[in-house]
Amino acid sequence: MLTKKVQKRVSFLSLLLISLVIAVFFILKSLTNNILYFKSPTDIQLNQDIVLSKKMRVGGMVKKNSININDKAINFIITDFKNELFVSYSGTVPNLFSEGKGVVAEGILKDKNFFIADRILAKHDEKYMPPELKNIIKKNVK
Amino acid sequence: MFDLINPSKIFYWIEKLINFINSIFFIILIIAMTFALVLSPPDYLQGDSVRIMYVHVPSAWIGLLSFTCLAFLSILSFIFKIKNLNLITKSIAPIGLMFTCLAVLTGSLWGQPTWGTWWAWDARITSMVILALFYVLFILAHKLIEDEYKANKISSLIAIIGAINIPIIKYSVDWWNTLHQPSSINVYGDSYVHSSMLLPLMLMLFVLLLYCALIFLMKYKTEIIRIKKKNIKRL
Repeated sequence: MLTKKVQKRVSFLSLLLISLVIAVFFILKSLTNNILYFKSPTDIQLNQDIVLSKKMRVGGMVKKNSININDKAINFIITDFKNELFVSYSGTVPNLFSEGKGVVAEGILKDKNFFIADRILAKHDEKYMPPELKNIIKKNVK
Repeated sequence: MFDLINPSKIFYWIEKLINFINSIFFIILIIAMTFALVLSPPDYLQGDSVRIMYVHVPSAWIGLLSFTCLAFLSILSFIFKIKNLNLITKSIAPIGLMFTCLAVLTGSLWGQPTWGTWWAWDARITSMVILALFYVLFILAHKLIEDEYKANKISSLIAIIGAINIPIIKYSVDWWNTLHQPSSINVYGDSYVHSSMLLPLMLMLFVLLLYCALIFLMKYKTEIIRIKKKNIKRL
């Protein structure tokens, strides 16, 4: 059925695709650190050769009841439920920044437990629902 | 295959389809828009900016879907050298590029009020930009290469190589930490969009798919006319 030319093209394509997939896989694997948009507090704790005072992003959840606002700075704790990181930030925060929600902070690590942010991004989760429903859920939880 | 390319027959069907889509398109568009902009509730967190999602998510899906079709048809056309497939892929590309750009733009508009930034080089957004670049390469290959045989060959290779990007886009939010949220709607699993928001989303998807079909058919018609004209010139 298949002529020789067609067979040749099929084998060429499959070889091309296989080698490309392997190449892309290794490229992405070696670039993982750069592809990650932010590091979690656990990444920071475990990573030995982390460079302090270099610009980086950390992300996770804002720990419940951890936001502490005084006239100079907003202090809060980013947690990934294994490790925690204290963050200090002065400036405006996005509307969606609140306790128990995702956050990404951009700034400098002072030491492994303290981070000075110069920019805060809110990370939205994948849930969409109307406000009434949220109130009902809140009531039920309480 | 020659029967399909038979101009009188395919013209008749294309015309009929275009007329049919034209007749229902605006009615469905108005219905979908009312659901998306008026009847659906605001989100508990984002407020009214959730409405951007009704354009953003379908456009991103359509951008991915068109490239998947493009790559699949390109593989077939590369192996079997069917000319008609090249006309089809050539007609899919512009509409896919448009929707990919629309997804990136609306995402940027949504990012400002929710994330607090217009742009982030995270894996999902970057891979989406790469998808748009592959569309541009595909279209440019057809525009710049004069020899038609060569242009078809190179453009289908571009589409096949770009196909590797598709699973990367899909799983980028699961493989790496991204600012972009993971997918809200899963075919095999839980969806996190409330039904009152799912309905306008699906309506908008349907409308935009109709729009795609309309533009595709019109472009396909022009491509066929171009081929016919060339043949006349040769004679």
